[in-house]
Amino acid sequence: SLFHHRTTFFLPLIIDFGMLDFAFEAEYRRFGLKKNGYVGFQEFYQLLQSIHHIHGVDVLLEYADIHGDLLPINNDENFQKAFASANPVLRIIVTIKGLVLTGLRTGGSGSIHSKNKSSLMIGPPQNFRQISSIIDVDILPESHRRVRLHKYGSNKPLGFYIRDGVSIRVTPQGVEKVPGVFISRLVKSGLAESTGLLAVNDEILEVNGIDVAGKSLDQVTDMMVANSHNLIVTVKPANQRNNVVPRGSKNSMGHSGSVGSGGSIGSALSHDSQSPASHSNPITASSSIAEGDSYEEDDDGDVILENDCLPTYRSHPGTNSNSSTLNRDSPHQGQHSSIPQSVSMPNSLAAALSHSSTMMSHHNGGSAHSVGSSQESMKEDGNVITL
Amino acid sequence: MKRFRRHVHESQRDRLKQELFQFTKTVEHGFPHQPSALGYSASLQLMAIGTRSGAIKLYGAPGVEFMGLHDENAAVTQVFFMPHQVELVTLLDDNSLHMWTLRGHKGLSELLEIGRFMLTGPPGAPPSVTRVTAVLAHSSGELLLLGTEGGHVFIVEVPGFRELEERNISLDQVTSCVPDDYIGRRNLEHVEALQESPMNSNQVAIGYGRGLIVIWDLEQHLAIRHILPTQQLESMWWTEDGSSILSSHSDGSYCCWTLGAEGEYEEDEKSDIPYGHFPCKAIMKIVKLPTAGGPPFLLFSGGMPRASYGDRHCITVIHSKTQVAFDFTSRIIDFFVIRHGPHLTGEPSALVVLVEEELVVIDLQTEGWPVIQAPYLVPLHSSAITCSHHVSAIPLKLWERIIAAGLLQNTHYSKKPWPITGGQNLALDPPQRDLLLTGHEDGTVRFWDASGVCLNPLFKLSTASVFHADADPNDNMSQSAEGEWPPFRKVGCFDPYSDDPRLGIQKIHLCKYSGYLTVAGTAGQILMLELNDEASEQTVEAKIVDLLQGQEGFRWKGHTQLDVREEPVLFPPGFQPFTVVQCQPPAVVTALTLHSEWKLVAFGTSHGFGVYDYLQKKSVLVKCTLNPSDQLAMEGPLSRVKSIKKSLRQSFRRIRRSRVSLRKHQISSTAKIQEANARLEAELAEMELAPVQRKIEARSSDDSFTGLIRTLYFADTFLSDSSHNSPSLWAGTNGGCVFAYILFLPPLERRADDAVTAQPAKEIQLMHRAPVVGIVVLDGQGAPLPEPLEMAHDLARSPDMHGSHHLLVISEEQFKVFTLPKVSTKMKLKVTAVDGSRVRRVGVAWFGSSRTEGYGESGLVFLTNQGDVHVLSLPHVKIQVRHPCIRREDVSGIASCVFTKQGHGFYLISPSEFERFSLSTRYLVEPRCLVEAPIHSVASNQHKPMPKVTSSTHRSSQDTEDAESAARHVMEHALLNDEKVLQEIQKSLEGDQGSFPQNNVKSAVA
Repeated sequence: SLFHHRTTFFLPLIIDFGMLDFAFEAEYRRFGLKKNGYVGFQEFYQLLQSIHHIHGVDVLLEYADIHGDLLPINNDENFQKAFASANPVLRIIVTIKGLVLTGLRTGGSGSIHSKNKSSLMIGPPQNFRQISSIIDVDILPESHRRVRLHKYGSNKPLGFYIRDGVSIRVTPQGVEKVPGVFISRLVKSGLAESTGLLAVNDEILEVNGIDVAGKSLDQVTDMMVANSHNLIVTVKPANQRNNVVPRGSKNSMGHSGSVGSGGSIGSALSHDSQSPASHSNPITASSSIAEGDSYEEDDDGDVILENDCLPTYRSHPGTNSNSSTLNRDSPHQGQHSSIPQSVSMPNSLAAALSHSSTMMSHHNGGSAHSVGSSQESMKEDGNVITL
Repeated sequence: MKRFRRHVHESQRDRLKQELFQFTKTVEHGFPHQPSALGYSASLQLMAIGTRSGAIKLYGAPGVEFMGLHDENAAVTQVFFMPHQVELVTLLDDNSLHMWTLRGHKGLSELLEIGRFMLTGPPGAPPSVTRVTAVLAHSSGELLLLGTEGGHVFIVEVPGFRELEERNISLDQVTSCVPDDYIGRRNLEHVEALQESPMNSNQVAIGYGRGLIVIWDLEQHLAIRHILPTQQLESMWWTEDGSSILSSHSDGSYCCWTLGAEGEYEEDEKSDIPYGHFPCKAIMKIVKLPTAGGPPFLLFSGGMPRASYGDRHCITVIHSKTQVAFDFTSRIIDFFVIRHGPHLTGEPSALVVLVEEELVVIDLQTEGWPVIQAPYLVPLHSSAITCSHHVSAIPLKLWERIIAAGLLQNTHYSKKPWPITGGQNLALDPPQRDLLLTGHEDGTVRFWDASGVCLNPLFKLSTASVFHADADPNDNMSQSAEGEWPPFRKVGCFDPYSDDPRLGIQKIHLCKYSGYLTVAGTAGQILMLELNDEASEQTVEAKIVDLLQGQEGFRWKGHTQLDVREEPVLFPPGFQPFTVVQCQPPAVVTALTLHSEWKLVAFGTSHGFGVYDYLQKKSVLVKCTLNPSDQLAMEGPLSRVKSIKKSLRQSFRRIRRSRVSLRKHQISSTAKIQEANARLEAELAEMELAPVQRKIEARSSDDSFTGLIRTLYFADTFLSDSSHNSPSLWAGTNGGCVFAYILFLPPLERRADDAVTAQPAKEIQLMHRAPVVGIVVLDGQGAPLPEPLEMAHDLARSPDMHGSHHLLVISEEQFKVFTLPKVSTKMKLKVTAVDGSRVRRVGVAWFGSSRTEGYGESGLVFLTNQGDVHVLSLPHVKIQVRHPCIRREDVSGIASCVFTKQGHGFYLISPSEFERFSLSTRYLVEPRCLVEAPIHSVASNQHKPMPKVTSSTHRSSQDTEDAESAARHVMEHALLNDEKVLQEIQKSLEGDQGSFPQNNVKSAVA
C-alpha cells in the first residue's frame, strides 16, 4: 500500500509505473566481510560478480536500509552509506539490469536504456524514497489539503515550526474569529520545505485525523512529535490558488502539474486508480487509535532485542543455549519472513519487503543453522558483516 | 442484535464505573501560603487565618477545620469573630467586608458566606473617607465599628450590614472635644485602633494614627475623655479591669494611661522604651493580661533596637522578672493569647503566633515557656520539599516503632495538650495507617501520618550526619550568648537555607514489611537504612559504583561527590544508615527501587543504572546507558546556575544576620524590585514582538539525556521461557528504551555467601522514543504483581503464575502491553498522538466498589501535563474516567503529585501545602466536624433567632433561608443607599462641592 497514494518524488518528472511482477530464478548467498576491506563501489561490484559467477552481466545493486526501504548502490558514495548502515547484517539485492528496468517514458518517446545514453540516469520508483504525499483528495473540501510526511524515508529534519494565531471562520452566525495553529517557519532544505506542500501561514486543522481545535500550541506540538514518524497534517493552505482538484474534474493532470511552489524542487503528483476506500484509510486508522485497542501497522516498529544477541554481563557464557534465536512474532510476516534475524522488524518493512519481487523466498528450511553460526561469528568479531 | 448486547454491556460498565470512581478534592494539608490575617474566638475556641489569595481557614480541635474562599482575588487583611456567635467578618484588600457563618447541614457544620458589604461614602468624597483601617466587632454581636483612613468611624448593624448613619462618629465631632492647640497643627490621621471597654460596652476607645486616643460613649454619642500621646500610635490595649489603656508607638515605646475620674485629662503615667537608649522600631501590638494574685503578663511584638536587631521578628513576653524575646523565623502576622478558665478569662495559658511561614504556640504555664507541637498547620516546607513517597496500610508494629522513635525527638516540646479545642471532630477513624514521606533540600526525610485530616509529623530523619557536609561551623544561628540583651530565644523550625545542595533528597523507597528504607540524593548517594529502636554508634560503609563503565571522552563538570565520614557516627533511635552507595559521576539519582525479599536495591542516574546487594554489600550489576553524543549528561548541570543559587543562599544568610537597619534595606530592596520589574517588562515586550513558536521535529537518539533512567522495577516473572519464572530487573530510560535483566539469586541458605548475578535478557527500543515513566508486570489474570514481601505477610493473593504474564510499559506518550516471555505488542493506548497530553505521574491503585462489598478492580492512575487525572483499566488499558485536577500552568504542582494504593493523591498547591484528592468512592479522608454556637450567646441574645449551627438536619433549609434573607437585606439596603446617594448628588450639584464630605458626615450625625 506504500505506493497507492499519489506520490511525490524527489524528481522533476512525472513517473508512471505499474506493478512489478517478475518471476525469475534467485540465488541466496551469505558471506562475511571486513568493514574496512572494500573502499570503492567498483571493487565491491566485481566481488559480487565473482561470488555469484555472473561476470560480464550488468546487475543492479540495491540494499535495504534500517527503515526497510530499498535503495540503490551505484556509486562510491551510496556504497559507503550502505556499508555504514550495516547493523550488523546488510542485505543486498542483486538483479539483472535488463530484467528490472522497464525504462522511463519521457515526452512520450520510446523507452531509453539509461546505460547506453549519456542523458540523466533515472532509476525505477523503488530507487527513490517517498517523502510526502497528498492524500484523501476525494473526501476533503477543495480548500483543504491533507499531507503525509514520511520521516523515515529521509534523513532530513521535518523542519517546520508552528505558532498560535487567529483563524477566521464563516459560520451561520457570520464571520467568527477563533484561535488556530499555523505554520510559522520552514527550515531551509528541511523535509517540509522540500515537499513544497506546506507553506508558512498554512493553518493546521488536523494531526493524524484528530482535530486540533481547542488544543494548546504545546499540545499540538506534542501530537505532531508523537506522530512524527508518520505525520499526516491537514492544512488550509494560505495560498488557495494551487489547490488540488479531485479526480474526475477536468484537467486534473494539468492542475496537478502546477502543484508545488514554482522554483522549488518540483513535486509531482502521480494519479493512480485506487478505490476511494483506500483514501479514507488514515481516518479510520486514527479513530481506532482513539479507541485505544488498535493494532496498527504504521508504528509498531519497536526494536526488540532478545537475550541471545545481547552481550552477556556474566563472565561465563553458554547459559543461553535454550533461548530462541529467531524472532518471528509478527503475524503479518507469514512465510515471506525468511530473513534470518534476531532483530524484529517493523511490519511495514516486512510488508514492503514482501511486495518487492526481488526478495528471496522458499528459504525457510536450514536457516536456523546458519543463523547460529552467524551469531557465533558476530560474537567473535563485532566488525564482521554478514551478507 | 450483537450491537444491542454490546450496548447493554456498556451501560452496565458505566454503572460499575460510577460505583468505582469518583473525583473529589478532600482536604488541604500543611500551612497556608502567604497568610495575611489572624482571628480567634475565645467562646468558640476557633482560630481563623486569612491569606493573601483570599482564602479563609478555620481551625479548632485537631480534625476540625473549615475552608472558604472569597470570590474576589484580594488579600484578607483582617478577620474578626463576632463575639459569642458563629459568625465572622473579614476585611479584604479591596475594602470589602464579608460575613461568614458556620451553618449546620446534615449534622455537620460548613463555612458559608452570608453577606458582603462595601462602605459607600458620599458622592465626590475621596476614597480615603471610606477606606477601612480598623474594625471593632462589638460585644453585643449586633454592631460593627469601622474606622477609616479619613478618621471617621462608621457604625454598621449586622447581620445585614445596615449603616446606622445617625450613630456614625465623624472627625468633626471628635475634634470638637480636643484642645485646639493639639488639633491646630495637623490632622488626626486615620483610625489606627478601636477598642471596646471591658467593663462598659457603651464605651469605645478610638485611637488615631497621630496619637490621639478618644473614649467615646456610644449611647450619649459624645467623647467623654481623651488622651494625648506624643508619638505615632501603633496599637492600643484596654486592660481587663477597665482602669487603664496601654498605647504602643512607632518609636518603640509604650505608655500606660490610668483612667482617673471623669472629666480629668489623663496623665501619662508610665512610659517606657523596653529596648531603649538607641532608636527602636515600632511596637506593633501590645497586650497586658492579669494573673490571679500575681504580676501581669505583658506581651508585645516589635520594639527592637533599629540598628542592631531591626531585622528580627520578635515578640517579647514579660512576666515578673522573666523576660524573653521570642525570635521568629519570618515576619509576624499577628498573635493572640489563650486564657484558662470556664469563661476563658483566667490565667494566660498559651501564646499563639502566626508568622509568615509557620504557626508557633508557646506554653506560658510551664517553666521555661516551651513550644507546644502543633497537630496541624505544620510547615511542610521548613526546608523545601524535593520529593515525596506514600506508603499505604502500614503494619501496626512498624507504625508504633516509628512513633516511638519520633517521640524521642520531641522531648523539647511542652507536654501540655493543644490549647485550641473548638468544635467536634465527627470523622470516623481512618481505616488504615498511611505514611507520607517527604524528602527535603537539606537532606532530611520527614515522616507524616497521612491517615486522617491532620497531617501529623511522626519522625524526622537527617542524612547529613553521614557526610562531611559543606556546612559552615560559624553558621549556627541558634547560639545565644549568656546575658545577651535583648534576651533572644529562637523559636520555629522554618529554615529554607540548605547548607549543601548535594544533600537534597531525590528519591525515597520504604518497605513497610521489613522496615528497610532507601533514600537517594542529589550527589548520586544512595543510603540504605534500617529501623533500630536503640541509638547506635556505627561506621557507615561506602561503596563507589562507576556507572560509566569505561565510557571515554567524558568530563563531569557538576558538583563533587559527598565525603562519607570514616569514623563511627552516633545515630539516634529510628532509621539508621548502614551502607552508602555513591554513583560515579555523582549525578542526581533519578530512579530508585528496593526489593527487601531479595535484599537488593536498584538505582539509576543520567549515566546508567546499577543493582546493589545490601546483604553482602556488593555490587551486582552496573550498566552504562550514556549516549556518547549526550553532552549535557556528560558534563553535569551547568555550574554557573549552581553557583548563583549558592551565592543567593549565602547572601540570604547575610541578610538575616546583618545588623543593618531595616529601613535602609527597604529602600535598597524596593529599588532592586523596581529595577527587576523594569527589566522584566522589557523582556516581556520583546517576547510579544516575536510570536511563540514551537519546533516540530522527530525525536532522535541524539537528544540529550536519552540514557537517563526514569524508572526501575523488580519483578518475578517469565523472562526467558514460559515455564520458569525468575527474578528480574527492568529499567526504563528517557530515550524510550527498556532494559531487562534476569537476576540469579542463590538459594536462601546460601544467600549470604554466594554471589547474586545478573544477565541481560531483553532490550526494547520504543519506536516513539518517549521517556519511559513506568513499568508494571501483570500476572496471568491481568493484575499487577504484588509488592515484595506482601505475599509472605499474607496480605496479597499470590499472583497467577500459570497464565501468561504481560509487560506494561508506560511512556510519556503511550501505554503499551507486551506479551512475555516473547516480547510482542498486544495492546496499546496512545495519549499524546491523540490529544497532545503527556503522562507525568503514574501509579497502580485498587478501587473498591461503593455498592458491592468485596468487589474491586486494579487500575492505573495517571496525571498528564495538562493537569488531568485519568484511571485506566487493567489489563486492557482503556480510559475509565478523566478529571481536570491541577491547572496546567502549575508545573511544580503536577511534578509533586503522588498517588496512593487506594486511589488517592497528593500534590503541592504551594510550597507549604498539599492538596489531597480522591478518585475512589471509598476511604474519603475529609473534614467532618460540628461547631455549636456557644451557650452564652443564647443567654445574652434571647431576642435573636436560634443559633445558626445545630446538629439537626431539618433545620438546614431554614438556615439557608436565613442566609438568603440576610443577603436580600443587604441588597435592599444597598438600593436604599443608592437612592440617598442620588439625592445627595442632586444636593451637591446645587451646593458647594468642595466642603461636601464634612457636610455629609454632619448631616448624618444630626
